[in-house]
Amino acid sequence: MNLNVDIHNLHLKNPVMTASGTYGYGKQYSDFYDPSLLGGIVLKGTTGQPREGNAYPRMAETPSGMLNAVGLQNIGVEAFCKEMYPTIEHLDTNIIVNVSGSSIGEYCDVAAQIDALPNVPAIELNISCPNVKKGGMGFGTNPEMAAEVVAAVRKVYGKTLIVKLTPNVTSIVEIAKAAEGAGADALSLINTVLGMAVDVKRRKPVLSTVTGGLSGPCVKPIAVRCVWQVAKAVGVPVIGLGGIATADDALEFLMAGARAVQVGTANFVNPMAPVDIVAGLARYCEENNIADINEIIGII
Amino acid sequence: MKKQTTNFVIEANEVCGERCHKLVLRHPGRLPEVMAGQFVEVLVPDCSGVMLRRPISIHDCDYERNLLVLLVQRVGKGTERVTDMKVGETLNLVYPLGNGFLHTFDQLPMRPLLVGGGIGAAPLLLVARRLLMSGSRPVILIGARTEGLIPARGSFESLGVDVRYSTEDGTLGERGLVTANSAMGNDYDAILTCGPTPMMKAVAHVAMERGIACEVSLENMMACGLGACLCCVTETTEGHKCVCQEGPVFTPQTLKWL
Ligand SMILES: Cc1cc2nc3c(=O)[nH]c(=O)nc-3n(C[C@H](O)[C@H](O)[C@H](O)COP(=O)(O)OP(=O)(O)OC[C@H]3O[C@@H](n4cnc5c(N)ncnc54)[C@H](O)[C@@H]3O)c2cc1C
Ligand SMILES: Cc1cc2nc3c(=O)[nH]c(=O)nc-3n(C[C@H](O)[C@H](O)[C@H](O)COP(=O)(O)O)c2cc1C
Ligand code: FES
Repeated sequence: MNLNVDIHNLHLKNPVMTASGTYGYGKQYSDFYDPSLLGGIVLKGTTGQPREGNAYPRMAETPSGMLNAVGLQNIGVEAFCKEMYPTIEHLDTNIIVNVSGSSIGEYCDVAAQIDALPNVPAIELNISCPNVKKGGMGFGTNPEMAAEVVAAVRKVYGKTLIVKLTPNVTSIVEIAKAAEGAGADALSLINTVLGMAVDVKRRKPVLSTVTGGLSGPCVKPIAVRCVWQVAKAVGVPVIGLGGIATADDALEFLMAGARAVQVGTANFVNPMAPVDIVAGLARYCEENNIADINEIIGII
Repeated sequence: MKKQTTNFVIEANEVCGERCHKLVLRHPGRLPEVMAGQFVEVLVPDCSGVMLRRPISIHDCDYERNLLVLLVQRVGKGTERVTDMKVGETLNLVYPLGNGFLHTFDQLPMRPLLVGGGIGAAPLLLVARRLLMSGSRPVILIGARTEGLIPARGSFESLGVDVRYSTEDGTLGERGLVTANSAMGNDYDAILTCGPTPMMKAVAHVAMERGIACEVSLENMMACGLGACLCCVTETTEGHKCVCQEGPVFTPQTLKWL
């Protein structure tokens, strides 16, 4: 039985990847299993300069999910290339760097530096982070701006360019088409849903930033809907994520049109979630006489 | 020690203070070595509104019988669900996590004071055992609002070291806060503390004023417990650090909370 899928030039041994910001730089889970078992791993959002992110508290549990306002804390692209990359480049999986920024220049600068790393076959352009004051989601909520940043990065980045979309828009299809038109090779969706929680005892917002990004099982139906709408409207492959914790969750996204999936918040609950999902997909195919996982992609 | 995820079997569940339970958990195979001050992330089974694991300190362990002991205070849904579980049920843990106590010292302290506040005393038992093994003579000081909130007195008193108490209502030991306890006045080469933040700050102040080496154990809200999500950070002199991975034990000098 075949679990291989292709995303543009990327060959994935199975359709399961990890989601940016929930998997560090790929090392935090290596005590539990070898990340090479996965189709790909997407690393933490990386910016031009190191960032400290937002003040604590920047996490709140909510029913069937969580809010985060980490705000792109990261070591910066230079430290990533010099210090982090050499420690992970041997991994036998698709290492994808999530590229973030506050300006088109910053996105391009980071993308160009990542382009030089031989074992990073793709970047995921994060134009959808709700937790930073400048840039981030600002680029992903307006079709013209989305097209502008994608086109600019396209010029300096030659490998597979994945663009990550936010659900916090009136029409995600419009943004998806703009990104595709500007040269995206694939789209990943969804990033977190803008949310908020209040601590009624303290009569204060729970998060230092007041609002944050909602993730986990509670966002799954929104994500499946977005994937279904976008997959129908664009020609490039779609990577689905948002609330995936089990193989059945992953199958929902595949059937709705995703070529691959990413596992995020579920890693915190079950560190084995991505490999459990790979095993579950294989079992599903076997039990249902599916010779190739690609047979069920987009059947809805 | 490699981190792992394991289904433990609940061997005993005893009340050991006001709203506090002692959970004795049996590892199905060999219990791996853990360091004093490390913690586990408990998966709370079938509990509406609780998805994320709950961080709980390792209170004690028994390598011969492959037992891990936790003290859990009932403060919310997750801790209530876990302390309501029955002997024979399984509890999934991710562990051992964090750096533990004593990691900032080049040499083990010989006359240390261990100061616990309420349930924060939990990790200090294993710390005391570790110190005793090396010939160090720790003094243990535990404070709480009232006697009932001092957890697992029996385990601390059976160590055979000097154990002192402070309660705000005077129901056990000296009346008042731990910083006012007469045991604070003695000569120590280290002070290790875990408990409510205001207490740790006060204790750290005393240590720093007297030039005594100090370690504090933070209890920030966590999501992954593995250093992957960056949710649990505290501000340090070197920027944000993850409490779950680079802590939970820090020296107060490196923290910006004093
Ligand atoms: C490294 C570490 C070690 C810990 N060791 C122990 C231990 O040995 N024994 C023990 O009983 N508890 C310990 N705690 C605290 C424990 O994790 C929380 O009490 C628990 O997560 C609360 O879960 P809940 O679902 O019952 O409460 P919730 O319903 O989530 O919250 C109820 C109340 O508890 C408070 N609370 C929630 N999380 C924390 C937290 N991380 N720290 C302090 N207060 C919190 C909330 O503010 C709220 O007011 C530790 C925490 C950390 C970070
Ligand atoms: C703590 C945390 C940090 C995140 N950081 C990033 C990030 O740096 N870049 C990014 O594109 N998405 C980030 N995300 C969003 C996730 O990659 C994912 O899109 C979202 O959480 C939905 O998937 P999930 O429900 O499976 O977690 C983060 C999410 C969480 C929970
Ligand atoms: S809880 Fe995720 S990094 Fe500490």
